[in-house]
Amino acid sequence: MCGIAGVIHRDGTADIGAELTAMLQSMKHRGPDSTGYAVYGPADDLVVIRFVLAEPNKSTGIGMAERLERNRAEVESRLAKIGAEVATVTNDTGYAFRATIRYGGDLKALADYLEDVPGCEVLSLGSSLEIIKDLGDASTVSDQYNLGSFRGTHGIGHVRMATESEVDLASAHPYWAYPFADVAVVHNGQLTNYHQWRRRLEQHGHRFQSECDSEIIAVYLAEYMSRGLTLETSMKHSLDDLDGVFTYVCVTGNQLGVAKDEMAAKPLVLFESEPLVAVATEEVAIRSLVKREVETRDPYEREVLVWQV
Amino acid sequence: MAGVGSRSGVSYDARGLVEPHADMPDNVEVDGGRARFDASDLTIRQINMALRKLIYDDGITDVTILNPASKHSLAVGILKRCRIHFEGSPGWFACGLIDGPEVTINGRVGWSVAENMMSGVVMIERSAGSLTGAAIRGGDLIVKGDVGARTGIDQKGGTIIVLGDVGINTGFMMQRGRQIICGNAGMNLGDSMYDGEIYVAGTVASLGVDCVPGDWTDADTELIERKFRIHGLGDPPEFQKFVCGKVLHNYDQLEPSERKLVIH
Repeated sequence: MCGIAGVIHRDGTADIGAELTAMLQSMKHRGPDSTGYAVYGPADDLVVIRFVLAEPNKSTGIGMAERLERNRAEVESRLAKIGAEVATVTNDTGYAFRATIRYGGDLKALADYLEDVPGCEVLSLGSSLEIIKDLGDASTVSDQYNLGSFRGTHGIGHVRMATESEVDLASAHPYWAYPFADVAVVHNGQLTNYHQWRRRLEQHGHRFQSECDSEIIAVYLAEYMSRGLTLETSMKHSLDDLDGVFTYVCVTGNQLGVAKDEMAAKPLVLFESEPLVAVATEEVAIRSLVKREVETRDPYEREVLVWQV
Repeated sequence: MAGVGSRSGVSYDARGLVEPHADMPDNVEVDGGRARFDASDLTIRQINMALRKLIYDDGITDVTILNPASKHSLAVGILKRCRIHFEGSPGWFACGLIDGPEVTINGRVGWSVAENMMSGVVMIERSAGSLTGAAIRGGDLIVKGDVGARTGIDQKGGTIIVLGDVGINTGFMMQRGRQIICGNAGMNLGDSMYDGEIYVAGTVASLGVDCVPGDWTDADTELIERKFRIHGLGDPPEFQKFVCGKVLHNYDQLEPSERKLVIH
């Protein structure tokens, strides 16, 4: 049992960090183990990289601080070697970093080169996407990463109750669709043909950061979009190809989409107005965002909906 | 045992029990046999504590709860004849396991409203989530908007009326009772049902396993007209009737000893 949420402002930027935190905190009962965000700030000519150099529960101990510092220096060195000009590097926790760079090269090569540094995992890459995830509830993670002041147009979030994999960052959502910029997914459910699709996508050259079935959805959608299909068409294909019970929310640089499997077994509630669309596993999350009685509805089975910034 | 605070404002004790020291709300207004209170700033436990005290201890028979704000598990397990009105939308599991109350909800509800209801009436002015009326045994559950998937799953009695559309697997494994759907029904209507009747006025995406069209009788007309009349729902539309085909589950052909096991 996990909780997912998404919000998109069609009329400009808003405090989406604070909004998603309120929504996710109201669903803490659905998953207190870890919380994650994929938020989209204003795009500019810099590439934003979010990366970690260690799992939070393995980030302390004898010699760890020195090792983290050494690996951070190695990341910066590799960025310079690959031709990226580093604009900023900030460190929120000792193990999680945010860097902005000027870089016009291949993002896959960049991600692979950085992840070759011991302990390094690239959480997100893109012109506006930033994935932040850590252990604990939404308020804890928001405070840790100062998300209360994050402004942007849209974003998604996830609270996780670990059932089939570890309580760690690798298993926390959202998932970035490596190596495609600015695509991320949160998911509630189980995919029963995970290994089949993982093998297929690996044969296409993709690699996966986790053993979590949800990561498949992100890479699957990005793969279809890279062939020229729209997000909506790609999501409709996924309803035929992915087996199991699931509801997921996918975001790109300018879109947010939701999909429900043909059994409609996993919950999702939708609130839609002209300036704002909000989706969440439970109504209580919508009410934490919109402080008045509003009309909401449950999307039906096999329903795919996409909104644009 | 000391309470452990949390940042959501809800406290838990060391065993994980919620709000061990919740305070009784002090914003309840009582006027004769009626009472009302605003739930905006109250926790789930406080709302239910106030509701139960009013109904069971103070003899109040008509309670209005303002601004439930989609909070879960409100008015569950009320076993007395009384009136409860929600001005706003409760969340999931509202009015489960009730036996007797007449509940009106001027809003929408989340998943599993009136689950396991034994008797009474629950009237919802707007839409409802999935699993509406799951396993209800009796009473009338009316939703004036649309509902999600699996309406009346495992229904064992009572009547569910939906003025809008219903989703997939409506009436899945229902065993008794009636569903009256004025809008359209999603796929697998009545899948694996044992017994009972489902009436649909709109289109049916597909019938489930062993769900078949049924023969219309005067009793069907009488039932639907009576239910619409007593609940003030206007004139009923024309319906198709669906019943169990008795191929998958046929308790009519059981030996007497087997019937005893199933029915009792």
